[in-house]
Amino acid sequence: MNDLLPLIFLGLMAFAMLIYVVLDGYDLGVGILLRRAEDSEKDRMIASIGPFWDANETWLVLGVGILLVAFPVAHGIILGGLYLPVTFMLMGLILRGVAFDFRVKAHANHKHLWNKAFYGGSLLAAFSQGFMLGIYILGFEYTLTHTIFAIFIGLSLVAAYALLGACWLLLKTEGKLFRRAARWAYGSLWLTGLGIAAVSIATPLVSTRIFEKWFALPELLWLLPIPALTAVCFFTCERQLKKLSTGLHEKIWLPFACAISLFVLAFIGLGYSLFPYLVVDKLRYDQAASAPESLFIMFIGISITLPAILFYTAYSYRVFWGKATDLSYD
Amino acid sequence: MDALDLARIQFAANISFHILFPTITIALGWFLLFFKLRFLKTKDEKWMQIYGFWVKVFALTFAMGVVSGITMSFQFGTNWPGFMKTVGNIAGPLLAYEVLTAFFLEATFLGVMLFGRQRVSERMHTLATFLVAFGTTMSAVWILVLNSWMQTPVGFEMINGQAHATNWLAIIFNPSFPYRFVHMMLASGLTASFLIAGLSAYRYLRGERSAAVLAALRSGIFVAATLIPIQIFVGDMHGLNTLEHQPAKVAAMEGVWQTERGAPALIFAIPNEKEKRNDYAIGIPKLASFILTHDINGEIKGLNEFEGKHPPVAPVFWGFRIMVGMGMLMLAVSWLSCWQLRKKGMLKSWLARVLVAMSFAGWVATLAGWYVTEIGRQPYLVYGVLLTKDAASATAAPIIGLSLGMYLTLYVVLIISYISVLFYMARNANKKFTPIAIEESQI
Repeated sequence: MNDLLPLIFLGLMAFAMLIYVVLDGYDLGVGILLRRAEDSEKDRMIASIGPFWDANETWLVLGVGILLVAFPVAHGIILGGLYLPVTFMLMGLILRGVAFDFRVKAHANHKHLWNKAFYGGSLLAAFSQGFMLGIYILGFEYTLTHTIFAIFIGLSLVAAYALLGACWLLLKTEGKLFRRAARWAYGSLWLTGLGIAAVSIATPLVSTRIFEKWFALPELLWLLPIPALTAVCFFTCERQLKKLSTGLHEKIWLPFACAISLFVLAFIGLGYSLFPYLVVDKLRYDQAASAPESLFIMFIGISITLPAILFYTAYSYRVFWGKATDLSYD
Repeated sequence: MDALDLARIQFAANISFHILFPTITIALGWFLLFFKLRFLKTKDEKWMQIYGFWVKVFALTFAMGVVSGITMSFQFGTNWPGFMKTVGNIAGPLLAYEVLTAFFLEATFLGVMLFGRQRVSERMHTLATFLVAFGTTMSAVWILVLNSWMQTPVGFEMINGQAHATNWLAIIFNPSFPYRFVHMMLASGLTASFLIAGLSAYRYLRGERSAAVLAALRSGIFVAATLIPIQIFVGDMHGLNTLEHQPAKVAAMEGVWQTERGAPALIFAIPNEKEKRNDYAIGIPKLASFILTHDINGEIKGLNEFEGKHPPVAPVFWGFRIMVGMGMLMLAVSWLSCWQLRKKGMLKSWLARVLVAMSFAGWVATLAGWYVTEIGRQPYLVYGVLLTKDAASATAAPIIGLSLGMYLTLYVVLIISYISVLFYMARNANKKFTPIAIEESQI
């Protein structure tokens, strides 16, 4: 059991990060798209994420929290290496989180300023996260090539979040906004695809270990479904979005499902590349783990609370199921 | 300034900014439950009007707390990697339990509490309100367990320079935890009740005399008047507990440079760190000894006994006086308000103005108190186990300076926005209660 615990926590951390990326991804995406919307649509867009965004961001705290508490050495190295982008991301998250509330509570004349803060904060947070991913994969070096690559990943993640956000809006909106959301999603999809391709090409080139993990037989055959399924999801999404942008209103869940699948597949691919390292080719997860007795006491807590968290998260999504209405405190 | 100083200032800025908001929401959650239960019991709409106003304040305050809290979870790694490296085996599980038992609970049911009243049953909505209050309180439990353990560490052994837990119950119920927890809960209760009283007094002064405004005003004042004497009593017990476990902190609080019998309680003094004495001291003879040892000639250990291992004196000394002074002021104002309300059924306008001025009195007292206990722990990060300087990261000073500058700018803007929006909401609260103002009721 003691030998398994670090692996279990690695899995839990990956799970929390994946959930975070998908859940906060769609609400950051809605924030990124806000600038393109008309004023009358902005309230409806933000209403669609109102009941969820607090809890969505909590998954980041859990993911980073597990890194902190289960792999404290890696937490120091990774976040120390990403000091400035982390700071920018936090600025972005703070700005958008508070703008969300301020924009409707402050003086009406200030509303457009808070809308801008909401958009700017979402954009900054999303870009910083992508930038961090780029720098992380390349081993925390800030040379010109590395920085350009990281900027590209940052932009791709902005697009990918915009894709999730637009697909979320398809579920939550109707009429004109629905058709616009379909067009936004379509545009974002292509840049997302480029980003996934770039990470897939770059990671094996950075590390010969990762290269050999992918391009050797028979592994390659086992791994083939990942790129294959990614392509299937991409083109299914593309076709459905084309239909929806004409105003057709069926299988509206399909693009969101495809977008989530793209994230999951990319995540699996990246996880396979990196495993068992937390810091690429430098620090393995089992070298960075906390003492077994500490992991064990957390494992007990997680076994009880995580199912409960998943249960009441599902409950909350059920309560607010369907098209978004104007949020009301009454 | 070197990187260590900057990192300390940054951490102090982040945590000071963060603590402002949970300090309100922890108790405000229970206030909301109280308003909701009063409504269910009396069917009087005024309670739902109060609930409707304060739930919006809660939402805004909670958002400020969430986003500033996310910063904290990154700070440990970016600025204090030595902390987790040395005591991560103990701090880790405590932080994990906070996320697992509190953060998700409050964040998820907040959505139902804020926006779900039309979508779930009345009972479920009340339950959601309860779960949010419970969640905020649970988060306070875990973070105060960790903080108290850093002050009075027990239940562990050091192996190769790393702390390993030997007794979790001892860690959780460490010697200073019960005092600190009750002290903090009461601080939160006072902060929220003075905020409720202050904003209600503001509306009262503007001529709003609706049943809802008066009931909120009364609730705030009565709760404050009830809690403040308990807080003074608990604060005294907490001080005695500190004397037992961290005598150097108490010596700094009282400005006692040399061990002495029959030490005076200093009302004013300028601690002179260089010459190790107080300048311009005014004190009440023998009172400090009496309060701390319950004997007018009791001995108080002076800073001379903790050479090189005591905190900087001036901030601890002054922080303590600001906190106590604020407590006394709270006592006077809340009791006087209570008396006027009982006697005359209304407040004199000067007193209402004082209440408005004291809307954020809880913040001042809470921050001052935290500075006393946190600066008072220096030079240690974990008392007697880990020095603060040994936990700092190798990040270069200019980079920390840059991030610090960004944080401070953002925080100043947000604090100003927060306070002015709260008063703006109070000015316009009436409009929001009418159901026709659809635009106003969004989010």
